[in-house]
Amino acid sequence: MSFVQADREELAMELDLQRKMLRDMLLARAFEERVAQEYAQGNIAGFLHLYPGEEAVGVGVLHAAEPADYVVSTYREHVHALVRGVPANNVMAELFGRKTGCSGGMGGSMHLFNRERRFMGGYAIVGETFPIATGIGYAIAMRELPEVVICFFGDGAVNQGAFHESLNMAALWKLPVLFVCENNHYQIGTEIHRHSAVAEVYKRACSYRIPARRVNGMDVLAVHQATEEALAQIRVGNGPQFIECETYRFRGHSMADPGSYRPKVELQAFEKNEDPVKIAIAEVVYPSAEQITAVGRDNIANLTESLRSGGHFPAEHVDVMQADVAAEVEEAVRFASESPEPTLDDARAALDCNRQGEVLV
Amino acid sequence: MNDKVYYWQALNRSLDVEMAADESIIVLGEDVGLYGGSYRVTEGLYAKYGEWRLRDTPISEGSFTGLGVGAAMVGLRPVVEIMTINFALLALDAIINMAAKIPFMSGGQFPMPLVVRMPGGVAKQLAAQHSQRLEQTLMNVPGLRIAVPATPQDAYWQLCQAINSNEPVVLLEHELLYFSKGELDESRQAPPMHRARVCRQGSDLTIVTYSRMRDLALQAAMQLADTGIEAEVIDLRSLRPIDWDSCIASLEKTHRLLIVEEDSGFAGAGAEITAGLTERCFLIMDAPPQRVAGKELPIAYNAALEAASIPRVADIVSAAQQLCRP
Repeated sequence: MSFVQADREELAMELDLQRKMLRDMLLARAFEERVAQEYAQGNIAGFLHLYPGEEAVGVGVLHAAEPADYVVSTYREHVHALVRGVPANNVMAELFGRKTGCSGGMGGSMHLFNRERRFMGGYAIVGETFPIATGIGYAIAMRELPEVVICFFGDGAVNQGAFHESLNMAALWKLPVLFVCENNHYQIGTEIHRHSAVAEVYKRACSYRIPARRVNGMDVLAVHQATEEALAQIRVGNGPQFIECETYRFRGHSMADPGSYRPKVELQAFEKNEDPVKIAIAEVVYPSAEQITAVGRDNIANLTESLRSGGHFPAEHVDVMQADVAAEVEEAVRFASESPEPTLDDARAALDCNRQGEVLV
Repeated sequence: MNDKVYYWQALNRSLDVEMAADESIIVLGEDVGLYGGSYRVTEGLYAKYGEWRLRDTPISEGSFTGLGVGAAMVGLRPVVEIMTINFALLALDAIINMAAKIPFMSGGQFPMPLVVRMPGGVAKQLAAQHSQRLEQTLMNVPGLRIAVPATPQDAYWQLCQAINSNEPVVLLEHELLYFSKGELDESRQAPPMHRARVCRQGSDLTIVTYSRMRDLALQAAMQLADTGIEAEVIDLRSLRPIDWDSCIASLEKTHRLLIVEEDSGFAGAGAEITAGLTERCFLIMDAPPQRVAGKELPIAYNAALEAASIPRVADIVSAAQQLCRP
């Protein structure tokens, strides 16, 4: 194989990855917006935490992971589950509380699980993901497997004792854990400068000698690249790594939160200039505004030609993708609403998965 | 072989037997490895099984118990030792919110083969923060099982069963029992983990008890026999679930119920036992059930006050005599 060929194949793979990530970004946004509508119509209840604004983090991180890796997540985890490959039908059905949901209707929005995809759950007590991921990492390290566990958490969670206890153990025993902070700058309604003595979250990992860095969490390619580098370090046995993704949520903390503690201009600025979905589209679609500026209007035709032969694709393709994910979400809603409710017997069976058939008094 | 062994030795033997048979069993806790366990329960195992299977942890009860939960989700069978039950308050999130709920919340996808062992109870002048009994806190949690072995044989059996169970099991061990001796026959067939045992036959009243209070109840029963009262003594062995059938069978014979517990009585284990048996046996009871329980006080450092804060043999004898008064 010549170098040229190798480069071409590499480029093709890269573009393929970019498209897959873009599709997941679009799916994430469409799914969550539909979920908000279904909540408003009363089809989804309880506490509901949505992801718009933060898509580049989940998509970028999880596309860098292997299928054999484990994922431990928070209560804002619909998109993590989707990107991990849990079918949209089963995620939506779980939000509807149906038997066909990925947790059989027992967990709901905050507790999505899928054993097959090694999606080890969404946890609704802030900070619980640290010890659980550390325990999974312990099992991997003890068995000397090449797997990694990815631990998601928000900026608020680093103030819990479990953060420090778990990072200490993960570093002490060189466990294969990737800690990913989704720093959206708000611990529910408290801005990070009001809840943390150290506003740069990644610096907190330094006290445990865990290599840590901060990336632009609105740029899916940057997140993906940082994750790839961190995972490579973990897989050669160097112990845990830490990535802080700076991001922003476009909605309130949950559907019960209007988000009135944030300045309107702040939200508007992020929506206008930092929307991760728009940024991702700009990175994949040709020609981008920057490219046009760089080559000048007269050369657009040439630029277009070269980008096309390089595998980039035109804006219309994004529309096709949008229609595709819209259909997937529509189908998920249909599947969820037509699925049966779980029974009390199903609830008992869920608990008795432990029982090995033993009959108690 | 019927050897007399210490309670701690029986637990040690159980761990050794199970760890030799199954490489997925690990022990986590403070000083469980090199040190050998603060009550010697893991003595000798570190040298035999190595640091990954006998892990000395930092003093981080919440997170090393949670670590056990995570490890259990991917197929290890962790036995977490919490140095004393008093520190388990820091691990309640892992025990209650994680271990008990993950199998359920996941719709049955993740069984939880986790054992949490914790020494507890009132020992010798350890003062209020080291003299707790938390059974009532844990009994109210669906998804947990609670075993309370009172003898070396039960300690051996129930720890083996807990390790082999896919349910999260809390083993409440009593600090004063570690250096008590009893028979251990490893070849004997174990009864189910939750089965209660009649330790003494009697016809006049049923004393239902568990853990260290079993010994006091048996002593009281001997004294009562001298005054013409024959007490049947039931050691519950398990607080969740409770073996109602064994208790009912006894009450059908005696018609009188006395509960003896070391923990404070208010909203405690004895309250549940009273309610459960009253619902089931009200019409065959000749007298209202009575409880002998710890006083509604934190435990004092002062030796006399400490002794007065929990049931003594004389308290049990006197309550039984009152209950049997015609």
